[in-house]
Amino acid sequence: MHGRVKVKSTAQQEEEKRKEREKKLKVYLTVRDAIFKKRGNGELDDEALQLTQQLLSSNPDFATLWNYRREILLHLETIKEEEETQKLYEAELLFIESCLKMNPKSYGSWHHRGWVSSRLPRPDWTRELSLCDRCLSLDDRNFHCWDYRRLVVKASGVPVDQELQFTDRLIGSNFSNYSSWHYRSTLLPLLHPESGSEPASPCRKHTNTHTSPTASPQTHSHRVCEEQLLKEYELVQNAFFTDPNDQSAWFYYRWLLGRAEREELISCVYASREGERVAVAFSKPVNALAEGLMLVLDGQQQQVEWRSAHPRFRHSPVWLCELPPGSISDINNEHNLTVHWTEKHTHRDCALYTGRLESWCRDSATDQELFRSELSVEKTSVLQSELQSCTQLLELEPQNKWCVLTIILLMRALDPLGHEKETLAHFQTLKEVDPMRSSYYSDLCSKFMIENTILKMEYAEVRVFSLSDKNLSTLCHLDQLLLVTHINLSSNQLVTLPPQFSMLHCLEVLEADDNVIENLEGLYHLPKLEEVSLKNNQISKLSDLEPLASCPKLTRLDLRGNPVTKTANIQAELSQLLPSVTDLLL
Amino acid sequence: MNALEDLMAVCDNACCLCLFSGLTESVIAAACSRVGQRVLHLDRRNYYAGNWASFTFNGLLSWIDEYKTQQEVLNPELEQGWRDKIEEGEDVLCLSSVESSISNLEVFSYASRHEAVEDYFTCPSKEPRGSTTEDQDTVCRDDSTPGDDEPQHQEPEYKLTSDTQEPHQSEEYEKEQEPISNQVESPIEMKRKITYAKLVKEGRRFNIDLVSKLLYSRGLLVDLLIKSNVSRYAEFKNVSRIVTCRTSKVEQVPCSRADVFGSKQLTMVEKRMLMKFLTFCLDFEQHPEEFQEFSEKSFWEYLRSKNLTENLQHFVFHSIAMVNQETLTEEGLKATQHFLQCLGRYGNTPFLFPLYGLGEIPQCFCRMCAVFGGIYCLRHSVQCLVVDKESGKCKAVIDTHGQRISCSHFVVEDGYIREEQRTRAVNRHISRAVVITDRSVLPSESDQQISLVTVPPLEPSSPAVRMVELSSSSMTCMPGTYLVHLTCSSSGSAREDLAPVISRLFHVPSCPGEEPEIEKPTALWVMYFNMRDTSSLDSSCYSLPSNVHVCTGPDASLGHDYSIKLAESVFHQLLPDEEFCPPAPNPEDIIYDGNGAQVEGPGFDEAGLAEGVGTEGNSGLQQNNQPAEGMEPAESSGSVAQGTTSELEVPTKE
Repeated sequence: MHGRVKVKSTAQQEEEKRKEREKKLKVYLTVRDAIFKKRGNGELDDEALQLTQQLLSSNPDFATLWNYRREILLHLETIKEEEETQKLYEAELLFIESCLKMNPKSYGSWHHRGWVSSRLPRPDWTRELSLCDRCLSLDDRNFHCWDYRRLVVKASGVPVDQELQFTDRLIGSNFSNYSSWHYRSTLLPLLHPESGSEPASPCRKHTNTHTSPTASPQTHSHRVCEEQLLKEYELVQNAFFTDPNDQSAWFYYRWLLGRAEREELISCVYASREGERVAVAFSKPVNALAEGLMLVLDGQQQQVEWRSAHPRFRHSPVWLCELPPGSISDINNEHNLTVHWTEKHTHRDCALYTGRLESWCRDSATDQELFRSELSVEKTSVLQSELQSCTQLLELEPQNKWCVLTIILLMRALDPLGHEKETLAHFQTLKEVDPMRSSYYSDLCSKFMIENTILKMEYAEVRVFSLSDKNLSTLCHLDQLLLVTHINLSSNQLVTLPPQFSMLHCLEVLEADDNVIENLEGLYHLPKLEEVSLKNNQISKLSDLEPLASCPKLTRLDLRGNPVTKTANIQAELSQLLPSVTDLLL
Repeated sequence: MNALEDLMAVCDNACCLCLFSGLTESVIAAACSRVGQRVLHLDRRNYYAGNWASFTFNGLLSWIDEYKTQQEVLNPELEQGWRDKIEEGEDVLCLSSVESSISNLEVFSYASRHEAVEDYFTCPSKEPRGSTTEDQDTVCRDDSTPGDDEPQHQEPEYKLTSDTQEPHQSEEYEKEQEPISNQVESPIEMKRKITYAKLVKEGRRFNIDLVSKLLYSRGLLVDLLIKSNVSRYAEFKNVSRIVTCRTSKVEQVPCSRADVFGSKQLTMVEKRMLMKFLTFCLDFEQHPEEFQEFSEKSFWEYLRSKNLTENLQHFVFHSIAMVNQETLTEEGLKATQHFLQCLGRYGNTPFLFPLYGLGEIPQCFCRMCAVFGGIYCLRHSVQCLVVDKESGKCKAVIDTHGQRISCSHFVVEDGYIREEQRTRAVNRHISRAVVITDRSVLPSESDQQISLVTVPPLEPSSPAVRMVELSSSSMTCMPGTYLVHLTCSSSGSAREDLAPVISRLFHVPSCPGEEPEIEKPTALWVMYFNMRDTSSLDSSCYSLPSNVHVCTGPDASLGHDYSIKLAESVFHQLLPDEEFCPPAPNPEDIIYDGNGAQVEGPGFDEAGLAEGVGTEGNSGLQQNNQPAEGMEPAESSGSVAQGTTSELEVPTKE
């Protein structure tokens, strides 16, 4: 056609491209072989740098080549003046930059950059920081860059407050960014530590020392001072009011609301003349074998063998031992026991008076210590207003699971018993709006119901624990039930009595009718257990009942309504397995 | 005249002859040229883009002069010489030679202290400034030292303004000569003092648009720029914020997710309400139950029925949907949806603005047209059409030099059409004002914001005004100043329509140089004019031969969709079987031989370069968050090279 621009056809273009590619591939392979040969000959020269650069600039993920380059650079470092080395490494940084443009998520390039920066005689950290900023502005979730940035910040000692401003900026441009929120959570405790804990010294904040701002978080409290917390609450509320379906903000909020970590301590010591046993409960699972647990009886250190409640656990909150026979068996003697935990320089005493068969000494577990953060009065009012905002959001977004879940958590932090009814209703909503996770919600709800029951029991100061008909799907906090003698778990959805159940060391009567229990693993070495009622459960095999054989005092067992009762010759088999049981109901 | 004759030889038998180089005409010319049609593009102006043009400050002053001169002298008809070109069986249809689309032009300068209000109508010019001399003048002025300036002002061209200005100017220059001793003065004070002389001196830094529009980042113009590869000829900047004026309080409109999150003026609950409503608008078609009852009612009523605070209603109605009280619900929802769909493509607002002004866009299409062989002739016009009596079609035209040029299609801007060819009178106008200010209406951390400011009607009867405030980073004004464009559909003269808004938002000194109010930016220079809005007209409004196509516009709306739609429809009338602006091929794919010589190779090369130098923060259209659907974005020379390296097939290491 007249006057029309002539353009190569698609086929022509394709053909040209194909040829071009072929040519390049040939070059690539030749160069690769040349490099391997040189490396084999141990040649560490400029030519090798040249060749590897050629390949890496088109394929920055060729790790072997980066290694070879490092070998060459280390060699050159030994034969060159510092000034030349500086130039050499600066050129290397420039080269890596071009590789990063090629693939901003190349493991090889980022790692090499970190290595070069650490070798550089006079590193220019400002430049590196701005490179990171540029990279993050293109992709704020590039974790390679985040990692490298942490390295740069650590090496150059960027002040914490500047870093906090950096997260402000990133969150401001896009708050769907876990990295930024998380980074905040590491910076805030350093910059605004909870009053009472030691504040970061000002010189540390403002001088370029080589201390990392995120250094040794163990030495610092993870908590943040209240004034700053209020600001953070506002910031994060802005995020979830703007987009309540964005998880990152909710997770940060959970961190803000998080409870203080419980101190590791001995929460209870229990001694029983019968069997001459001692049980020790800790606030957290520990490995007593590794951490020096010592028992002193009337001033005499005792050689005892500690064991966890169930052989499955190497770490356990409950540890048991038996005293040498005759140590405390005489009811007319008074004894003083002390348990030392050398690791934490802590101990707990327990007096066993005359005429008493057993004795214990423990913290009276209050709700605050057990299940939620230590809240000051002011904080309670803060939480109250947080609850109000969330309730407001829920009115606008009745279907939002994050909001409902947060409301539940806030209610628990404020008044778990007072809000029990509402909490249950909210769990119902959660299961409806998020059916995929209904089992998770059931377990969480079970946990909260157990916590509530423990609190009620503590207030009533009884050793009877009743949790019937609460829709429990799982059991937890069993370490808190060390002293319980009667437990009623009937009419729930329990499938198993887990190994943790063996921590109920004082248990005498267990009622667990009308569940779907298949497994009795946790009924293990319960020295006082006498009666077990398991009516209408799913125990189907004789072998499922085997753990019961380890309970010496078991006399009454009710298995009515279980498939196992249909087994032939069941009566005989059972009397052989459980000779102590005199009252067997099938 | 040899060159002209040569030109005519080439042009004769042009397939398509375009008159006037506004946006629509330029797009049509480019589209025709692209598919191999021979295009001759004439414009009686000495600059491209017609009513879409951008001017330097000095250029604008000449344009104002020209306008004024034209008001005074009506060009005598040059009837001699061409009558003999008319053959038997042919009719003549004369075109208008008078520029009539601009009216009510008024200029006020408040820039310097002792300067009286200037009115170009009351100030007779002795000699209109020829635009050819304009460039030289500016060059001189740029190079000249303050002392050298004096004699220049005695040149007749400057008589216009110099009477009152001169003593003052020298004073200002004296001031400028002693900056070293004055440095103790607060920098703000120094910055404030922008004199008229300074504006003239720095005039080349201005690119003042006659039409004020923005590019919707998913509008037809952006699509066309990408599709046709014309985008390689221009650079863009994001409009950085949307601002509104509410009960005389100027505030930023939170429109994106990040804005809503960061907004200090919204309560938490408002944030949720706004986000919820906007999210709904994004796919409102999926939820007909939400708005059906209001389908007969206005969007305004609909918004009031929604659970939105007054604040939010204002933002959505005036700054996001940007509609009026009569707009129906569905239309309002569509406008909101369009706004939202445009968000985030290139940045935090839905709009782009071309660096160096809107006048760049028609020129980009002209360039594209020229690259594919179109011929351009400025200061050259057509006197009349030659119509074949039998077929009723236009056969040829006779230009202002008396030459007869035959053509098969004739595209003409509405301004060339004489009243007698109209079947309907045009009485719609756009009111425009251009203000040069010393500060932003809403100062922020950055002084380089480009803002769209929506001003709702001050009184129920007055029109909603759209304002675009450009900072010097847009390359349309000198550093330290802001160029503000105001636009609305006229109800009276531009000054009647817009002066109340200007005096509300800016400090308009009662006498030039008056001490400024603290809160408001000072207006240094103000120009008002009306532009005829012919966008309501279609082909049925003209009695013209069927192969004469009239381009109307610019229209009063913010986007360019009207003009692009019109260009496409005219193109399809001209060439029903051709594709509209297919992508221009990459330079390396063009086969050069004897016949292909029309193609200007260098055109592409330069373009590649121009894009390569894009400064950071400017969005070249290709820097795209999400790759444009199915469109292969034009690659800059740099990225082409990158593209080929990345194709290198890499064997995995052993």
